[in-house]
Amino acid sequence: MTEYHFKTPIKEEDIRKLHVEDVIYVSGTVITARDQAHRRAVQFHEEGKEIPVTFTGNVLYHCGPIVMKQDDSWSVVSAGPTTSTRMEYIEHKFIEYFRPRVIVGKGGMKEKTLEALSKYGAVYTIFPGGLGALAAKSIKRVVGVEWIDLGTPEALWILEVEEFGPLIVTMDTHRESIHKVIEKTTSENLNRILSKL
Amino acid sequence: MTTLSREQLVDALTRGIKLAVTSLPQDVKDAIKQAYERESNPVAKKILSSIIDNFTLSEKDGIPMCQDTGTITWFVKVGKDFPLIRELESILQEATRKATKVVPIRPNAVDPLTGKNSGDNTGRFIPWINWEIVDGDDLEITVLPKGGGSEYTSQLRMVSPGLGIKGIKEAVLKTIFEAGGKPCPPIIVGIGIGGGADIAMKLGKIALLRPLTLRHQNPKVAQLEEELFNELNSLGIGPMGLGGDTTVLGVNIEYAHRHPATLPVGIVTQCWAARKATLKITPNGEITVLSHNIPNIFSIKLLGE
Ligand code: SF4
Repeated sequence: MTEYHFKTPIKEEDIRKLHVEDVIYVSGTVITARDQAHRRAVQFHEEGKEIPVTFTGNVLYHCGPIVMKQDDSWSVVSAGPTTSTRMEYIEHKFIEYFRPRVIVGKGGMKEKTLEALSKYGAVYTIFPGGLGALAAKSIKRVVGVEWIDLGTPEALWILEVEEFGPLIVTMDTHRESIHKVIEKTTSENLNRILSKL
Repeated sequence: MTTLSREQLVDALTRGIKLAVTSLPQDVKDAIKQAYERESNPVAKKILSSIIDNFTLSEKDGIPMCQDTGTITWFVKVGKDFPLIRELESILQEATRKATKVVPIRPNAVDPLTGKNSGDNTGRFIPWINWEIVDGDDLEITVLPKGGGSEYTSQLRMVSPGLGIKGIKEAVLKTIFEAGGKPCPPIIVGIGIGGGADIAMKLGKIALLRPLTLRHQNPKVAQLEEELFNELNSLGIGPMGLGGDTTVLGVNIEYAHRHPATLPVGIVTQCWAARKATLKITPNGEITVLSHNIPNIFSIKLLGE
C-alpha cells in the first residue's frame, strides 16, 4: 500500500504505476456523472457531438450530490458516492471516449470495466461510505454545472477539490480487482465456517 | 418548582437529534478505535482511520457525520405521570420537523406509493414511535436515526426449529455474507430471536440500543453473541467490503419465547455510523444525556445560534 497525492490533470503514466490497495488523494477537478449523464455522453460522442466538459486527466465521480443554491451560486451540502454497478454496461465506452484517469464510486465494477481500465489507463477507486463530513470539507467550490435539465442528482457537476480522499484503488491497469478477490475469499470463508458449526 | 414546558421539550429533543447525527456514542467510538488497533490489513486500517477522522471532524464542527441522516425512530419509556404525556406524540413529530431545518438533516420520508418526499422527515407512521409506559413521572427517550444503506441489507429468516442454535448461526452468517460491503462495514448486528416475524425484527432493532460493552444477562445468549462476533469477523469482508479482520464491531442479541413450530430470526444490520442519543427528562425540566459524555444538552447549538 502506497499513498499518492495527485493534481489534475493526471498523466496516464502515473496511473499505470498504481496497484490495488494504493491510496490516492486528488486536488483539482472532479466531475460527477451517474446513469443518465453516462448515457447521454456516450450517445453524444457516437453522434459526433461535443460534450460540455473535459474528463481527460480528471476524476469521474459516481455521485448524485445534494446541492443548495444561494444568491445564484451553488454549494454542495453532501456528496457521497453512489453504487457503481449501475454504470457497468456503459462504463467501458465512457472510458474509451472520454479518458477519465480516476473513477470514484462504491461497491466495485466488473470485467468489462476492468478491461477498459487496463486498455486506456485508468483506475477505479472507492471513497469509503459514510464519510460525508470529510467529503464536504475537501470540496472547495462548485466550478459549474452542465445538463441540469437531467435534474440536480443526474447533472454533471464540476467541482474543485483539495486532497479529496482517501480514494482506495480497488481496480487497476494490471487487471487486478480487490472485489473479485474478496468475493472469492469470503465465500470460501463462509463455507468453511458453516461446515464447522 | 418550575415545570417542563412543551417548547423546552421540543427544543431539547431537537438538540438530541443533532447530538445523535453529529457525534457517535462513546461505546461505538471505542469499538472503532479498538478495531483500528487490532486490524492487520493495511487497507482496512486506512479506512478505519479515515472513519475516525470523519467522526472527530463531524463532532468538532457540529456537522452530520454521514450525508444519510436516516429515518428517525423514537424509543420512548415514559412514566405514566409524566406531565406532557398526552402531547408527547405531537412533540416528537414537531422536534423531528424542526431538526430537519435547524440541524439540518436530510429529508428521508418518502410516500411508498407516489414516491413523493414529504420534505420534513414526517409522514404516515413516521417518525415511528416505540411506546413503553412505566410507573413514575420521568421520560427516558432514545432517538435512532438509521441510514438506508444498512437497513437495506437487514433480513428476516425463518429457521427450521429443529436446527436450533446451528440454524440461527447459519441464518446470521449467510445474511452478513450477502450484505458484503453494502451496509458500510464495519457493522453492528442486532439480532432478534423468537417471538414471531414482526417481534424478531423489532427485537433485532431493540438489541442495537444496548451499549456494545454490555453482554446479554443470560449467559447462553452472551456466549452466542461472542461466538457470532468471532465467526462474522472471520468472514473477512472487512471495512467497506475490501477485506480485513474487522467486519463487525459488535453483535447484540435479544430474544422472546417462540411458537413450537417456528423459529424466526430477525437480523438488523447497522453501519459504523451507529447513531443514537438517549435523554432522561424529569417533570421539572432536568435533562441528563445518558448516551454521550456531555454535561448539558443545551451546549449543542442549532443552526443560527
Ligand atoms: S450505510 Fe450508514 S454510513 Fe453508509 S451511507 Fe448509509 S448511513 Fe451512511
